[in-house]
Amino acid sequence: MSTTLTLPSKPVMLTRAGWSAFVVALLVVCALAPVLNLVVPEGSLFHMSDYAVALVGKIMCYAICALAMDLIWGYTGILSLGHGLFFALGGYAMGMYLMRQIGRDGNYKSDLPDFMVFLDWKELPWHWVFSDSFIATLFLIVAVPGIVAFVFGYFAFRSRIKGVYFSIITQAMTFAAMLLFFRNETGFGGNNGFTDFKRIIGIAIATPNTRMVLFVLTGLMLLGFFLFARWLVASKYGRVLQAIRDAESRVMFSGYNPIGYKLSIWVISAIMCGVAGALYVPQVGIINPSEMSPANSIEIAIWTAVGGRASLIGPIVGAFIVNGAKSWLTVTAPEYWLYFLGALFILVTLFLPNGVVGLVRKLRKGGEK
Amino acid sequence: MTPDLLEEGARRIQAHAGKVEQGKTESGGRAAGFSRPAAAPGVVDTTHGRILYLEDVSVSFDGFKAINKLSLDIAPGELRCIIGPNGAGKTTMMDIITGKTRPDEGTVFFGSTIDLLRYKEAEIAQMGIGRKFQKPTVFEQLTVFENLELALKTHKGVAASMFFRLDSAQGDRLAEILHTIHLADSVTRMAGNLSHGQKQWLEIGMLLMQDPKLLLLDEPVAGMTDEETARTAELFLTLKGQHSLMVVEHDMSFIRTISEIVTVLCDGSVLAQGTLDQVQADERVIEVYLGR
Repeated sequence: MSTTLTLPSKPVMLTRAGWSAFVVALLVVCALAPVLNLVVPEGSLFHMSDYAVALVGKIMCYAICALAMDLIWGYTGILSLGHGLFFALGGYAMGMYLMRQIGRDGNYKSDLPDFMVFLDWKELPWHWVFSDSFIATLFLIVAVPGIVAFVFGYFAFRSRIKGVYFSIITQAMTFAAMLLFFRNETGFGGNNGFTDFKRIIGIAIATPNTRMVLFVLTGLMLLGFFLFARWLVASKYGRVLQAIRDAESRVMFSGYNPIGYKLSIWVISAIMCGVAGALYVPQVGIINPSEMSPANSIEIAIWTAVGGRASLIGPIVGAFIVNGAKSWLTVTAPEYWLYFLGALFILVTLFLPNGVVGLVRKLRKGGEK
Repeated sequence: MTPDLLEEGARRIQAHAGKVEQGKTESGGRAAGFSRPAAAPGVVDTTHGRILYLEDVSVSFDGFKAINKLSLDIAPGELRCIIGPNGAGKTTMMDIITGKTRPDEGTVFFGSTIDLLRYKEAEIAQMGIGRKFQKPTVFEQLTVFENLELALKTHKGVAASMFFRLDSAQGDRLAEILHTIHLADSVTRMAGNLSHGQKQWLEIGMLLMQDPKLLLLDEPVAGMTDEETARTAELFLTLKGQHSLMVVEHDMSFIRTISEIVTVLCDGSVLAQGTLDQVQADERVIEVYLGR
């Protein structure tokens, strides 16, 4: 039998052009943005305002969530409408640390966070013991969303809950968590959450330099997660995920146990959201239970759909487009923002099933012909 | 007892021990049987001449008995055809064998030692039972190559997949199967863009990549052209012997080409069994097919 057949080469993580773009993005985040913000004088045309730094930093956190959503929804076909919970859990873990960093500088000059003094608590609740240490906090940021996702995912996937049922349960999960965090006795600051942060690892939090460090860290994290996600989807693991999305029964009868695959990508995705939340809180300066509201989780899915599912770069673009439009519209025409969001979602679903990235690819292909 | 006899006896014992060492005792003797390894756990034991064994299997859905005291067995290397009217329980039987459906009662054994009812779908597939669905089921968003690569017999855990690299032996095997299923010039095509018949072939190819001991094929030639059907028949006849096959099909001319023994299922149990001519001459078979 002739086997002169050449088999296709292994899919690459990034093409040459992709790597170039990646390096450019890296330089923009690590060098250009800091220079434009801190070195270029304020009057200059090229100055990057503190407002812009805060906005882009925030959107990069959202982009990490959209990336995480793409792995679980775009590639594995599991629509989660509860990713806001993981984002908020990471944020709360960081928030607790920042609350402890306030020390005695709060309004009541007490060792305890202000809201505990207000509630007349005499000592720190047990779940706050780790929050004095930064290292332990870093561990919590990964572990808490990871463990919650693992336990939830294990039972959901083992019971073979799929499709819209899974989406509804995730939505219920984040809503239930929101109600729990709203309560004062759970020790998470009730509906006010945590705010008035002063320091992070002993350094004042609101200075331009600290903000820029957080901005660069967020950018590096986004780029790092992007590379990691590219590596995942270029491996056979990524193709098994897509196979689960397209024909789960064939995956099972090919000898794969889908539970392990679904659970692993679900937990990875949740941890990514948790890290995004932890980077978000010190930049925005507040975390409260409204981050867990069902609408927030739905928004993550919208960014992903607008940018283009199963493309990784698409959701990042989508997060920037939608949130950019949001910050512009909520200032210029606040009453129209929600209509705009709704219309955008409908238009994308109807006319751009592959999102903005899909449209660009289509146009490029058309141009080549 | 005389010293002669003692010496004679000692000589004989020694001679026998020598023979046993060389494995040359006439009947195999006690030594041969004594330490012969029984099939290790998890390995299919076909020494009793059966690779698949169903006994008194019953399952009902909402009171409807889809399978009713079904008993059936298949020999290693056999190609068994299953026919029967719609609703006879053919697909349900495959669901039971592959772990998709749990029977209410009965036993299902793979070889003499493996109780299939104790395992899940993925484990059963790993043991060496491959299944082709009635409706061709391939990964439409992946290429033909990627479809086959996923089906390849290898470690199928999460970490193993993350760090998987195709080695040259596996690449050769993939190329060989691509030729066997006549898709060598469609390697990089999306499986979703293949014709119906080609999808059927791809799914059969994916089964072959798993290198299963037993193949369950649910209507493998549905939607194929006459030429494709003839090629499929050829393929199945070459597979026979090394693999055991169970083929459910409605196409009688296809069955005539490939069949040795045909089993007729009706109302969830075996109605008749024999060569195609025998079962076609059977009064009861004619009755269920032509109606009463």
